Amino acid sequence: MTNLNISRFLSSVVLVAVTVVGLTGPAKAQDAKTLRIVPQADLKILDPIWTTAFVTRNHGYMVYDQLFGIDGNGVIQPQMVDTFTKSADFKEWTFTLRKGLSFSDGQPVTSEDVIASVNRWAKRDVFGQVMAQSLASFEAVSDTSFKMSFKTPFPMVLEALSKPSGNATFIMPKRVAMTPADQQISEYIGSGPYIMKMDEYKPGAKIVYVKNEKYVPRTEAPSGTAGGKQVFVDRLEWVILKDAQTQANAIANGEVDMIEWMPAEQYAAFKANSNLELIKPTPAGSYDLHLNHLVPPFNNPKIAQAAIMAVNQEALMRAQMVNKDLYRPCTSIYPCDAVWASTQTGYFTGKPQFEAAKKLLKEAGYDGKPVVLLFPADFAVLNKFPPVLAQLLKQAGFNVDMQSMDWASLVTRRTSKELPEKGGWNMFITGWGPGDMMNPLFFPPLTGNGEKGWFGWTTDPKLEQLKAEFMAASTDELRKKLATDMQLQVYETGIFAKVGDFDYYSVLRKGAVSGLVVAPVNVFWNLKKN
Amino acid sequence: MFFILRRVLSTVPVLLLVALIVFLMLRLTPGDPAAALVGNSGTSEDIARVRKGLGLDEPLPVQFALWSGKVLSGDLGESYYMKQPVTRLIAQRLGPTISLAALTMLMTLLIAIPLGVLAAWRHGGWLDRSLMGFSVLGFSVPTFVIGYLLIWGVSLKLKLFPVQGYTPINESFTGWLAHLILPAITLSIVYLALIARVTRASVAEALTEDFIRTARSKGISELRILLRHALTNAAVPIVTVIGIGIGLLMGGVVVTETVYAIPGLGQLTVDAVLGRDFPLIQGITLFFSFAYVLINLLVDLSYLLLDPRIRY
Repeated sequence: MTNLNISRFLSSVVLVAVTVVGLTGPAKAQDAKTLRIVPQADLKILDPIWTTAFVTRNHGYMVYDQLFGIDGNGVIQPQMVDTFTKSADFKEWTFTLRKGLSFSDGQPVTSEDVIASVNRWAKRDVFGQVMAQSLASFEAVSDTSFKMSFKTPFPMVLEALSKPSGNATFIMPKRVAMTPADQQISEYIGSGPYIMKMDEYKPGAKIVYVKNEKYVPRTEAPSGTAGGKQVFVDRLEWVILKDAQTQANAIANGEVDMIEWMPAEQYAAFKANSNLELIKPTPAGSYDLHLNHLVPPFNNPKIAQAAIMAVNQEALMRAQMVNKDLYRPCTSIYPCDAVWASTQTGYFTGKPQFEAAKKLLKEAGYDGKPVVLLFPADFAVLNKFPPVLAQLLKQAGFNVDMQSMDWASLVTRRTSKELPEKGGWNMFITGWGPGDMMNPLFFPPLTGNGEKGWFGWTTDPKLEQLKAEFMAASTDELRKKLATDMQLQVYETGIFAKVGDFDYYSVLRKGAVSGLVVAPVNVFWNLKKN
Repeated sequence: MFFILRRVLSTVPVLLLVALIVFLMLRLTPGDPAAALVGNSGTSEDIARVRKGLGLDEPLPVQFALWSGKVLSGDLGESYYMKQPVTRLIAQRLGPTISLAALTMLMTLLIAIPLGVLAAWRHGGWLDRSLMGFSVLGFSVPTFVIGYLLIWGVSLKLKLFPVQGYTPINESFTGWLAHLILPAITLSIVYLALIARVTRASVAEALTEDFIRTARSKGISELRILLRHALTNAAVPIVTVIGIGIGLLMGGVVVTETVYAIPGLGQLTVDAVLGRDFPLIQGITLFFSFAYVLINLLVDLSYLLLDPRIRY
């Protein structure tokens, strides 16, 4: 082995290593005007009318604009619209667009674009469908003015045109909006503050937006989804990092500037890091327990009420959210900081009432058949709830069959109307963002129209009647009363139960990013890279 | 030549069988892509509409016939989510995965083979024992643990390399290397253990052969004996293990790409499975199967070069 000079070999290895480190340099080199944000999920579907996925909705707010926005106080404000008039009976609505609006390809925004976009939205959105049924005519008055005439009074036109979530009412060029509503669009031209760079679109890796130079922001300060949507960065990149630990490492190392949705398990570490700032970007969201009313035993309202009585909000929320800063027990079906929230919740207290539940089960003749609780084991934002709920239900006298699956299987399973033993289900928990619950008519599980409604398919004519009255109500006082009546009806029928309100935070590199706008949904205009 | 043709043709039934099994397994396991596509607020009607649009309401044989017909014409279909051809998505993600696999293998071979040869030469010595100890460690510690430890030490504490991402080599060689060096080290540890151990065993066995004794008696240098005589004669099992290692690497990149957020085929596979993106899962599986068969073919062919006694 004398010919082998081990020392020389080792020296070479060290030299190579030092050269590699020297050449590659420090990890943090970044462009000053490129803002890197970790979005809540990967952006795979680019049509915000075709899907209700939150991340696609957020992409919609980057590229498209709305006729109306909702400001930070929850008040609807004109956005693309300059002025509008309504008749005293709420049947005639006329709108005029702001001057100078144009799409990113330079074409002006016209009434025809608006009409085609709203019509396509109305084919997909549940509330849009209700509005479309009431419409007598929807026509252009001029290039920048259009008129909606209704068969019956329709006071909630502005709510429809400012709808922030589910399917938000985004305006697209007519040629794009003419795409059948059951097909995805293939051209992504909007009149919003950003342009998506399709040549750099790499789903699963990076989505790049640049400023839309043709965008004409309003002069008002940004507020919610309303006001001036200013762009202060050259590039905004959505960096797709799915693993919570990788997100934490990346922001700690300065490789990204912001995380849109802080993973709850990282809260303590982020809070203790003086280089990071935690900001609540939206009002609270909620978790709800949903029951299947199409099959036994929850087709019996008494048994549904017994299950709701088993809910221990504190225990469930603590298990899921880990830290008390991140949740609040709240019995209202609306978030407790929302305008419709009410403490009138009937028998539901959010605290376990095992004895009362057992009594109800006895009265209802519960036969002890196991209730199937769906458990999305892979889904970190929901997977702590089911084991706790299963225990609570057992204490209330239920026989529970908690079935583990991944989230994709759960969203499939919940569509089944079969008996649980034939692939159906009895209960699951899911979460809702504030934008989903801003208006009772937008709130997907608040349905009593049987098999046409959201999963659980409750038939409750009284609830549907209350919703119709809410839609026709012209004063806030009356709407508030009706919203409370709907809440009481939800608990009476046992449609679903509130598990609690949650807060989530965006994480920003302190001093590096500023200007985050608080809104009903996550928005990314007005951000500055310092 | 006939052998190569025969081996290439033999891949066809393998790929067909893989295609059929993957197709059936996907359809028979729970999870409806339509339900995932419409989002949380979508209703049963929305899901039914999307299912119809995707052709998922057709009977299974019809679905299989339509898909396999396309595959035979070179069309792997379109992703349900991204509405882009599967071939394009695979091509987009191929660069990071091939880069990671190539760098891993390069590092592994540069270290494992010399180490294995040295350990065989100093059989029972401290180097040999250390290598055996390292092998046990390399096999035992999960990849993600090594990954997170390296990120913690090298990236977060020493600030030497980024913790995530990928830069294509044509954009910046140093960026490419910086992003891949830790993932490659992470992945290479297990293969290093495997290949070094096999090299050691093969070379140690070769060193006991008569021709080595003859070579020594002729006064040939130890280095020449090790490299020209022992290693060459021990090469066949080593190359076989390297081939298996490259195959295993395809599975290994899934975890490593997730830990380091490298947008390669591994991450694409995980995303496709979680979203039940059937055309994409089928396309990736076929691609991996084809790659595996091709690697095996190359390994078989390499035997002809390494050992003149082998003839097919």
